Amino acid sequence: MSAPVGLRESGAMTEEGSRVAAHDSQTGRLPGLFSSPGTSSFTEFLGAYSPETLPGRGALPASSPGDDIPHGTTIVAVGFPGGVVMAGDRRATAGNVIAQRDIEKVFRADEFSAIAIAGTAGIGIEMVRLFQVELEHYEKREGRTLSVEGKANRLATMVRQNLGMAMQGLAVVPLFAGYDEERDTGRIFSYDPAGGRYEERDFYSIGSGSVFARGSLKKLYRSDLSVDDAALVCVQALYDAADDDSATGGPDLARGIFPVVAAVTSDGYRRLADDEVGAVARSVVEERYDSPGGPTAPLR
Amino acid sequence: MPFYVSPEQQMKDKADYARKGISRGRSVVVLQYDDGILFVADNPSRALHKISEIYDRIAFAAVGKYNEFENLRLGGVRYADINGYQYDRRDVTARGLANVYAQSLGTIFTETNKPYEVELVVAEVGADADTDQIYRLTFDGSVADEHGYVAMGGQADAVAQALKDGYEEGASLAGALRVAVRALEAQDSERRLEAKSLEVAVLDRNREHRLFRRLTARRIEELLGEEDSSAASDAGSDATPDSPSKPDED
Repeated sequence: MSAPVGLRESGAMTEEGSRVAAHDSQTGRLPGLFSSPGTSSFTEFLGAYSPETLPGRGALPASSPGDDIPHGTTIVAVGFPGGVVMAGDRRATAGNVIAQRDIEKVFRADEFSAIAIAGTAGIGIEMVRLFQVELEHYEKREGRTLSVEGKANRLATMVRQNLGMAMQGLAVVPLFAGYDEERDTGRIFSYDPAGGRYEERDFYSIGSGSVFARGSLKKLYRSDLSVDDAALVCVQALYDAADDDSATGGPDLARGIFPVVAAVTSDGYRRLADDEVGAVARSVVEERYDSPGGPTAPLR
Repeated sequence: MPFYVSPEQQMKDKADYARKGISRGRSVVVLQYDDGILFVADNPSRALHKISEIYDRIAFAAVGKYNEFENLRLGGVRYADINGYQYDRRDVTARGLANVYAQSLGTIFTETNKPYEVELVVAEVGADADTDQIYRLTFDGSVADEHGYVAMGGQADAVAQALKDGYEEGASLAGALRVAVRALEAQDSERRLEAKSLEVAVLDRNREHRLFRRLTARRIEELLGEEDSSAASDAGSDATPDSPSKPDED
């Protein structure tokens, strides 16, 4: 054996400030649970190690907290040849109050997928965090990424675990979009609060403004969109949702707050830069001065 | 009837046993280059890795018995992910990980009959070469804080000597890879290593989010070819890693 170059200490390094949640407080070594071969699911491991930190596993509130807790609103997703674009407005509401005007509800799930949430913001964001770690954890342990369906199914389980909370009025519903390498297409999955998983064709929307957004998407969608056009369709649909739903925020030109738009293609997840989306949003607002209802579809 | 064996003898026997096991395997080298930390293993297997990602800025390299270091790797991934989830991604450090590995290896060494026949490197890439951290852990739980380069495994002395002769601070990726391959060839006078029989990965500080990536055989060939054809102006030529978006293609 060669002699190490640096200092050599037996046992632990003794510098203060190590923030270790996960070691045995008596011996400092990894607890046995960490070295059991077990599962490659982070959620299952967390459930065994520290079950109270799993979303949906805590005690249920005795009564519904009502409108006092921030809710996230509208999310849209549009498929196009070779990928999918997902976008969300920036508003969170607590009853009639705007709780947050620049909340982000669209996230990178992993390199080839995106996730967005509508419903109780706090629970939703926690679910997204857990889902992100779940995918990365599997990838690192197994040396391969999950299939798109595998990811969608894991998410369904997480949504189902929140059913108790949903029954108390703290529902959260995600929208999942991924790039399918085998088929070279984008795929969109929606969920219901009971964990039902549904694959959607072409486009979909969730959240309080989703009805209006979907009407808009229906008229604007076509099967040969480019990434930029799909992003434009999303921004138009969010504008229409904000037009009729008070809980959905439109582009805030004064503050420079624009929807979060992300594209997932064979190049991976890419969030469009703020000035890119800003330019699109400005042109949409501009056009609406002439035609408040947005682009008109041909009658036949 | 059990014989009395003095503690000194017992520890020495265990250490000899572990060293013997480790020296049978092939070597792994870890070295710093201008954009991060390079890991090179003499390992033709595509399935069983000796080099792995632990977290955003942290990677793991090991020699010795596969099932034993794989067990430590999986535990390390759990440790890192649970800390990152419960605190923040920035709170997962190579120092913390090296610490729990040291405790685990130390306890196994003293308390069980059979010590782990492994040697590990836990490395974290920093904002620049001065803040890179490389920890080397041995079977008994000792930790050494290394700078520049590390060699482990069979014939580690010969490999380390070759690294010492060839290593330069701030080398390019191609330059560092060539030094590493030369060093691994020093294991055996007739050993010639091709791209296919190498497992190569980097922690590249210029990437975003997850800095670990494996290099494909094609990329390894390119890099080795680059250095062979000319030693001239290799500065920015290796600045673009292959298909930057894909996380872990192996």
